[in-house]
Amino acid sequence: MNLSDPSSWTIATARAALDLREVSATELANTILERIATVEPSVHALLKVTHERALADAAAADERLQRGERAPLLGIPVVLKDIFATRGITTTCGSRILENFEPPYDSDAAQRLARAGSVLIGKTNMDEFAMGSSNENSAFGLAHNPWDPTRVPGGSSGGSAAAVAAGECLASLGTDTGGSIRLPASYCGVSGIKPTYGRVSRYGVIAYASSLDQVGPLAWTVRDLAAVLGVIAGHDARDSTSVPRDVPDYVAGLTGDVAGLRIGIPREYFAEGIAPDVERATRAAIKTLADHGAKLVEIGLPHTDYAIATYYLVATAEASSNLARYDGVRFGLRRAQSGDSLLEMYRQTRDAGFGPEVKRRIMLGTYALSAGYYEAYYSKALQVRTLIRRDFSEAFARCDVIAAPTAPTTAFRIGEKVADPLAMYLSDIFTTSANLAGLPALSIPCGFDASGLPIGLQLIAPAFGEETVLRAGDAYQRATDWHRRRPTLAAGRSGEGA
Amino acid sequence: MPVSLKDVDHIALLARLGLEDHERASLRSDLESILGYIGKLQTLDTSGIEPTAHVVDMPTPLRDDLVRNCEDAEVMVANAPDRDRTYLRVPKIIE
Amino acid sequence: MSTVTDQDQPATTDDYGAFEPVIGLEVHAQLLTASKLFCPCSAQFGAEPNAHTCPVCMGMPGVLPVLNRRALEFAVKTALATGCELPPLARWARKNYFYPDLPKGYQISMFEEPLAVGGGVDIDTPAGLKRVRLTRIHMEEDAGKSIHDAHDAHSLVDLNRAGVPLMEIVSEPEIGSFAEASAYLRSLRTILQFLGVCDGNMEEGSMRCDANVSVRQRGSSELGTRTEIKNINSFRNVERAIDFEIRRQIDVVESGGRVVQETRLWDADRAVTAPMRSKEHAHDYRYFPDPDLLPLRVDRAWVEELRQGLPELPRPRCARFVSQYEIPAYDAEVLTARRDLADYFEAAVAKHHNAKAISNWVMGDILRLVRERKLDDALVIESWPVPAAALAKLVALIDDQTISGKIAKTVFEEMVATGAEPGDIVASKGLTQVTDSGAITAAIDDVLARNADKVTEYKGGKDKLLGFFVGQVMKLTGGKANPQAVNEILLAKLAG
Repeated sequence: MNLSDPSSWTIATARAALDLREVSATELANTILERIATVEPSVHALLKVTHERALADAAAADERLQRGERAPLLGIPVVLKDIFATRGITTTCGSRILENFEPPYDSDAAQRLARAGSVLIGKTNMDEFAMGSSNENSAFGLAHNPWDPTRVPGGSSGGSAAAVAAGECLASLGTDTGGSIRLPASYCGVSGIKPTYGRVSRYGVIAYASSLDQVGPLAWTVRDLAAVLGVIAGHDARDSTSVPRDVPDYVAGLTGDVAGLRIGIPREYFAEGIAPDVERATRAAIKTLADHGAKLVEIGLPHTDYAIATYYLVATAEASSNLARYDGVRFGLRRAQSGDSLLEMYRQTRDAGFGPEVKRRIMLGTYALSAGYYEAYYSKALQVRTLIRRDFSEAFARCDVIAAPTAPTTAFRIGEKVADPLAMYLSDIFTTSANLAGLPALSIPCGFDASGLPIGLQLIAPAFGEETVLRAGDAYQRATDWHRRRPTLAAGRSGEGA
Repeated sequence: MPVSLKDVDHIALLARLGLEDHERASLRSDLESILGYIGKLQTLDTSGIEPTAHVVDMPTPLRDDLVRNCEDAEVMVANAPDRDRTYLRVPKIIE
Repeated sequence: MSTVTDQDQPATTDDYGAFEPVIGLEVHAQLLTASKLFCPCSAQFGAEPNAHTCPVCMGMPGVLPVLNRRALEFAVKTALATGCELPPLARWARKNYFYPDLPKGYQISMFEEPLAVGGGVDIDTPAGLKRVRLTRIHMEEDAGKSIHDAHDAHSLVDLNRAGVPLMEIVSEPEIGSFAEASAYLRSLRTILQFLGVCDGNMEEGSMRCDANVSVRQRGSSELGTRTEIKNINSFRNVERAIDFEIRRQIDVVESGGRVVQETRLWDADRAVTAPMRSKEHAHDYRYFPDPDLLPLRVDRAWVEELRQGLPELPRPRCARFVSQYEIPAYDAEVLTARRDLADYFEAAVAKHHNAKAISNWVMGDILRLVRERKLDDALVIESWPVPAAALAKLVALIDDQTISGKIAKTVFEEMVATGAEPGDIVASKGLTQVTDSGAITAAIDDVLARNADKVTEYKGGKDKLLGFFVGQVMKLTGGKANPQAVNEILLAKLAG
């Protein structure tokens, strides 16, 4: 581990160095903050750097380390997507309407990370209200893919993925509603996991689509993901959809053994529309797992083609309701000229506060729920959702894990899809089904295309099968080194990671 | 499924979005094309299929009826754009 | 929360000629929980504005609802007490609309799958017992309060009430007159009070009522167009508003018009209903299942436990008072108008079995004091002017002739003032009734001797003088002579 180059660190290596007292948490934090100052101008992964908090957290972690305490995330620098409420620290959700909002409460995930002794470095850039697949919908400027700054990092947790890839943290938290952790992880060449719905508390996570949103970590390695997931997972009485189920030791479960693991290959995910490099790399990755003892099974997920349509009805309907609270009354932006009526205040506030994609989805969702259309749109979508869930349960009767590409392409160019919302929506084609069914899904790097852009392999398991996807992903990472590649950044060092 | 400007205005009013003219026009065409795509769901036969509103199946968690006043009024209205003492203040509501 | 006595009844009858009204009532009852429906903020009234709020009931970003068990318990008990069925699954739904006192921009309520269905409330009508059936009971959260007259250009919003648990009870459109409407509300309110789930105070808003009113030709089975009447804040106004609306609709129909389906507000000052000014763009609430709350499957074993634990309800208790204590129906109704009153009465009767006498005392002196001292403003009267056991003792002293009824009144006043036991008061004040006929005869002889002229007048036909003689005897004996004995002996002497 090169102590002066954060992009060469992982949680595992930093943990060892901290525990051996080779480096202090304060030193790590300072090095990361310097790194951020250098690379942020070209990446713009962060909306806020919490200098004071970082140093205070680091000092506290050092004290605990000095007293002999050892814990997985103690002293580890992390960043949070700006969708997680952090007490006293502005939480914007990438939107003008919350530009100066300081929540008087913390999200459950932020609290758990803090109790675990992690060091909060900052809040990351994101698509506004988590609506987007490229981070181009942020009200505070887009984020750039560290592998190629002319390209998007993916979204909506674009900043979270880019921050890991740019060496600005050792782990980040993102949220995934239709692919928003996995897609940017794939585009940025990092690992990311969306846990089972209900595994991690949504309390304090600004809601986009309540029945789909899930919190998850991003980091370089699966081992690192396992460490973070172990801290944030677990029951929270403040979230009525939080499942009271024991959290296993995810790290201990990384045995490296995939002998006999049945991997389902869904034919619909390898149909036309997928870039040749992506298909090639994904199939090679699956073969690697097979070489290590996994068994391959052809399966079908026949309703895959309806997933995007279903997602964009369910998610936007819930979002149209969840975003009604942004009305200028109790917090956030208010736009009103003197003499304006209440109606005018609402309309102007929401017009000024929301960006075009958010407006589009609010309109779509409102339409889907409106009188006369509920049956044909929203209710119909909920029925198709049942069919999609059934596809998975039938498939899992014949396999233990499903393998597929995370995305049909690698990172596209900034501006390439903004003019065509539908084209943008279709980036989620392989990710949304797991959200609709509430299943855990992992994305790990499995190669690069001809332009040197990362490709992601997706592994999906049945509900609460995090251990399975993590074990398979870790086994793959023991046999390969895609996850050790690092982007060349302006003023940063390229090369190998630990 | 065609979407008219009138539809856009109606939905925008329900959603309390004050739209500029250019926004109305582009939203109209966006909605029309997205709804067109979504129309593919109509080709699926879903008769007899139960809707899935939740992917979690467990009993409703219940909370004991104990009071915990977490913050004082000042803290709770600290983010308010306009207030009068600890009241929130808004343009006059006409009944 | 006093037992209401309407001073001036509406001056109209409920005879509408060729028409008959069809009325349904929607009642919103605030549940008496300590905390709110979905968060642990206090549900108590009266704090500084926005002091009883938290990120959850303020609708801040990222917060989530968690259901209050006691609120559910209260709603289930109400459903059981009114004979409703609880379907296997109830579903929380979001009712979406924008209003400053609705923090999330939606109200968590129930729509197509409510908590309870069926059931009913019995009322007495001139034609006999009538059961008004219930359509449904569901739960929802209350909104905050807005104040419009503090400023010219602004309204003020207090969210202390936002999130307080409400139960909505909807009747079938089976109520046939404004009198039935107020009878229904009284019956329902008493049930809620007996259960201890709501204090039923319409003036304070802990029980609110909207009326759905339509008219049709008498004898028709089709329903006319209905209007919804809001802003009714007392039993009297329920009657006035409904009566007015019925007549208004009849006028419309008779002059060839059509009743418009709309929401109208009752204006108590002008005594009219008027359409709501903000015809705000017809509401499209866009109900859908709340994704933050799972479908509610109330545990059946728990329901049975609650059913076993239900108190005796007002009407059955009233009927039992009539049959068990052999008191008139009128007495039983008064005594069972409040659960604590009924408990008090029974506690006294348990000590001394003269139910009718005790009933008189309770309906008379006890209730008078309770009202004077506004003890009945509380849902449950904490301390009575006189403990039930003590009242029983007092009546026992009358029944065993220790004191007369008149003296008993004096003793009662003393009990109220000092809290002393009746026996002790009688002893210390020497109020024991004189029953010895020798002593009484002596007193009578004395009085008659000193009023010989009046005796002559009495014997000449002035019967009223008997009262005078009795009065004089009572005066002479310090009020302690047994009145029956005085009467008997006096009459005998005067006859002879």
